Amino acid sequence: MSASYFSDAFKDTRETMGTCPFNDQNDPVTMLLRFKDVRKTAHNTKSFSSAAKPGRIVVPSEVNIRETRQIPFEVDPPEHTEYRALVEDWFKRPLDIDYEFKLTRIVEAEIDRVLQKGAIEAISELSLPIQSKALTLLLNISLSEAETWISWGTHVFRSEDSDLDADKASILYDYIDAEIDKAIAAPDDSLYSVLLNSEYQGRKMTKEEVKGVLILTFAGGRDTVINYLTNTITYLAEHPEAIEKLNDNPALVNTAIEEFVRYFSPLTHMGRVVKEEKEISGHIAKEDTRVSLCWASANRDESIFENANEIVLDRKMNPHVAFGFGAHKCLGATHARQLMKVFLRVLTEKVSSIEIIDAVENIEDWGAHKRKVGFDKLTIRLNAK
Amino acid sequence: MAKITYITKAGEEIQLEANSGSLMELAVKHKVAGIDGDCGGVCSCATCHVHVAPEFYQKLDAPTEIESDMLEFDDNVTEYSRLCCQIPISAAVDGITVNVAN
Repeated sequence: MSASYFSDAFKDTRETMGTCPFNDQNDPVTMLLRFKDVRKTAHNTKSFSSAAKPGRIVVPSEVNIRETRQIPFEVDPPEHTEYRALVEDWFKRPLDIDYEFKLTRIVEAEIDRVLQKGAIEAISELSLPIQSKALTLLLNISLSEAETWISWGTHVFRSEDSDLDADKASILYDYIDAEIDKAIAAPDDSLYSVLLNSEYQGRKMTKEEVKGVLILTFAGGRDTVINYLTNTITYLAEHPEAIEKLNDNPALVNTAIEEFVRYFSPLTHMGRVVKEEKEISGHIAKEDTRVSLCWASANRDESIFENANEIVLDRKMNPHVAFGFGAHKCLGATHARQLMKVFLRVLTEKVSSIEIIDAVENIEDWGAHKRKVGFDKLTIRLNAK
Repeated sequence: MAKITYITKAGEEIQLEANSGSLMELAVKHKVAGIDGDCGGVCSCATCHVHVAPEFYQKLDAPTEIESDMLEFDDNVTEYSRLCCQIPISAAVDGITVNVAN
């Protein structure tokens, strides 16, 4: 099987049942698999809440490793609307020319560095450094800070043995606490200081609220971006003609990034807690139970996407939900899309071909369904133009 | 060359001209407030929602099911709502006025 092939793990269940149960730490989740169910449920924030106990809407649940509420992610409207409005402009900065320019310099430097090296392990030597260095732009802090995050390894919450590792998670939480204290002592123009100065409901944001936004920013855009970059590399390795096509046709890059993110769906699903009983594709969602919006399954729904299991670089209509849907759609999507564009542009400009030397797949276990989401290891060689 | 008028939520009137691309691409290029075009025009984000002037709405090709489904879930939907990434610029839209919805 080729490295860039990601099967439609939920196909049969989506088509026959529409939902499937997953037992997550004795707080079961019903996964919603159909595109229309996923969108409708994501839109209905009144019946399907994000404001449960912190960590509960995440699957696997993080209630045992986190007390801080992620903001605006774990808040419902109308409070969500005000929090989101506070941070919306900041998270659109990636559209500025200057931001795009700096991001391009970062990606160019990283690709130039690995082109000198011969064979590399793509996740630790390319995807993680690019993700971390790009994040310094989103936070508007010194590029050198990325070295600390790179040293944490690829997973903020996970260790080799466990999906949920409290010791690892505390590294991030303690780090953010310390950085917030630094910004209080010496205010600057970083996201920390901007948030500390923001007003919510007529008062300054608390440290705990600021921490909630920062945890979301760090955790939400780490594994997802790393998997996106790594998976895209495997596609280009196995479709060398796409490298030239993308390099010659800048407009194709726009549709290609949307198609890659649909096909790879780096975040498999996200939960909600039921507030008002509803029926979804035959499943009676009872109050205080959990459902999850399975973006990965919805993005392969053949009733919506023609040739859903193929990567069509110039797909014109692509209503994917890889960045979620509705009020809670991914806050970091503008940053992610800019990085995806810059990465494709720079890579296809500098690289003529990519060889895959060794690939160890990362398979998620959702009970009856096993889904490939990326790689644990990917050894490659980039050949310069 | 088609003349397009965008009216933002703040009431600012912006007149632009072009002969290709989409109404979304033109608006993004000129930073029309409220039209972000996050997904680049593949109908995935609904950040280019406009209300088309009634006299022009009927002249446009009807929205596809995918576009209609996207609009169904957006705020401030009216019978003249369109995602302007799906409105190509041509002589047919010369003189059109659209109000930014969000």
